[in-house]
Amino acid sequence: MQSDYVIETHRLTKYYGRRCVVDSVDLAVPKGSVFGFLGRNGAGKSTTIRMLLGLVTPTRGTATVLGHNCADLSPEVRGRIGYMAEGHHVHEWMSIKEAGDFQSAFFAHWNNEVYHGVLDYFGLKDSAKVKDLSRGERAGLCLGLTLAPEPELLILDDPALGLDPVARRSLLQSMIYVTRAADRTILFSSHVLADVERIVDHVAVLDRSVLRAQCSLDTFRDRIRQYVLTFPGTPPEVPKIPGLLHGFRSDAEMIVTLANPNPETNLILARLHPETIQETPLGLEDAFIDYMGERRERSFFMRAGDGTEAAV
Amino acid sequence: MAIDIRIALGSPTPIYWQIVEQVTRAVADGALKPGDQLPSVRALAERLVINPNTVARAYKDLEREGVVESMRGKGLYIAEKRQVFSEEERQRRFDQALDLFLHEVRVLGLDRERVLSAVAGRLPSVEHEPAFS
Repeated sequence: MQSDYVIETHRLTKYYGRRCVVDSVDLAVPKGSVFGFLGRNGAGKSTTIRMLLGLVTPTRGTATVLGHNCADLSPEVRGRIGYMAEGHHVHEWMSIKEAGDFQSAFFAHWNNEVYHGVLDYFGLKDSAKVKDLSRGERAGLCLGLTLAPEPELLILDDPALGLDPVARRSLLQSMIYVTRAADRTILFSSHVLADVERIVDHVAVLDRSVLRAQCSLDTFRDRIRQYVLTFPGTPPEVPKIPGLLHGFRSDAEMIVTLANPNPETNLILARLHPETIQETPLGLEDAFIDYMGERRERSFFMRAGDGTEAAV
Repeated sequence: MAIDIRIALGSPTPIYWQIVEQVTRAVADGALKPGDQLPSVRALAERLVINPNTVARAYKDLEREGVVESMRGKGLYIAEKRQVFSEEERQRRFDQALDLFLHEVRVLGLDRERVLSAVAGRLPSVEHEPAFS
C-alpha cells in the first residue's frame, strides 16, 4: 500500500528504566516535506530518531519508515535512508577521498557528483585529512557522505550543532539542493529557528517526551497569537484561558499569548473590559519560546482541523 | 529583473508574505512592469536559501491576485491588470489611510461640511492615480 507518509509512528514509547523519554508519540511525516523536529534538549528527539532507524527498541508502540517496520529494516530499505547522527562522527585517520571510498562501499547507489558537490559547498579538498578539519568542515564531510547515496529519506539529528553561520548556510543550501529531486523527504532536528523558518514546511514539537504539536509551519505560526490589552489603571489578574501560553502584566497593559485562539477565548478577554485589545503577530522564535516556556498549560494539543496537519 | 527580493527572518511576517508584498509593491510603484519575468521558483528559493514550497506559495498567491500570470510553461510574468491588491487588502489599506486622515481631522477640529466638500472636490482626480485605477 502506497502511503502519503514516509514516517508513521503509533503510540511510540520508550522507557529507560522507570524514566519515560518518549511518551505515546504519533508522528506522521508527509512524503516530500521538509520536516522540522523541534523541542528543547532532552525532550526525546534523538531517542525518537534512533527508534525510527531501528537503533533503539521501543518499549511500546510501532513505527514504520518507507512503509517498513522500523524494528526490522532490511539493508535495501536502510540504503534508501540517509542518517546523520548528532555530533558529526567520521574516522579521524582518513583523508576526505578515503572517507568517500570507504562509505561508498556500503551503498548500492553512490553519486560521486553529489559527494563532491557538497564538499565544494563547504570548500573541502579531496586530499584533506579528517583530523585537520574544523567542526563545520567535518559537518560538510558527514553531509556529503550522507547525501551521496541519494537517499529518499534524509534524517539529520541536529546537523547545525556547533556550526558557524557560514557552515550553517552551506548546510541549508545542501538541504535545499536535496529537494530538487521530487518526493525527497527531510526530517531534521534543530534549535536554530531562523534555519527552521527558512527551509521547513512542517513541524513537530516534542516537549518532555510528549508530542505537543504537529502541523504545517504556517499553521503553527497562525495558531499562536499575542494580544495586548490596555486598561485605564492596573490590569486585573491574568484569567484562566484555555491555551494560555504566557501572561504578562505591566502598569496599564496585559499581554497574553494564546494557542488556538477562538471565540471563547476572545470572550474571556473581552470580559476583562479592557480599553483596547490589539492582536500582534509573533515571529517564529517568539512563538516557539512562548510555546515551550514554563508558564503554560500542558493539557492541549495543536491539531488543526484544516487538513494541513498530519492524520493520526 | 527589476526587483531584488530580500527576506527578514524572525519577523512576524511569514516569508511567503514578505515575497508577495515586495512583488506587489514593486508592481504598484512601477519598479516591475507588465511583461517582466519573475525568477523561477527554484532559482529564487536557492538564492534566498528558503524552501521552494514557500516561493511556490507566494507565487500562487500572486497569480490568484492577478499580479502575475504564467505563460505557456515559460514562467511567471507581471500581468497587464492594474488592480494589484485583493479586495480585502484594498479595504485594509483604505481603512488604515482613513484612520490616519480622520485622526488629523479631529486634531485640527475641522467641521464635517468642510471635510466632506474638500474630499468631494478632490475625489475625481484620484481615479487617475495609477495604483488605484
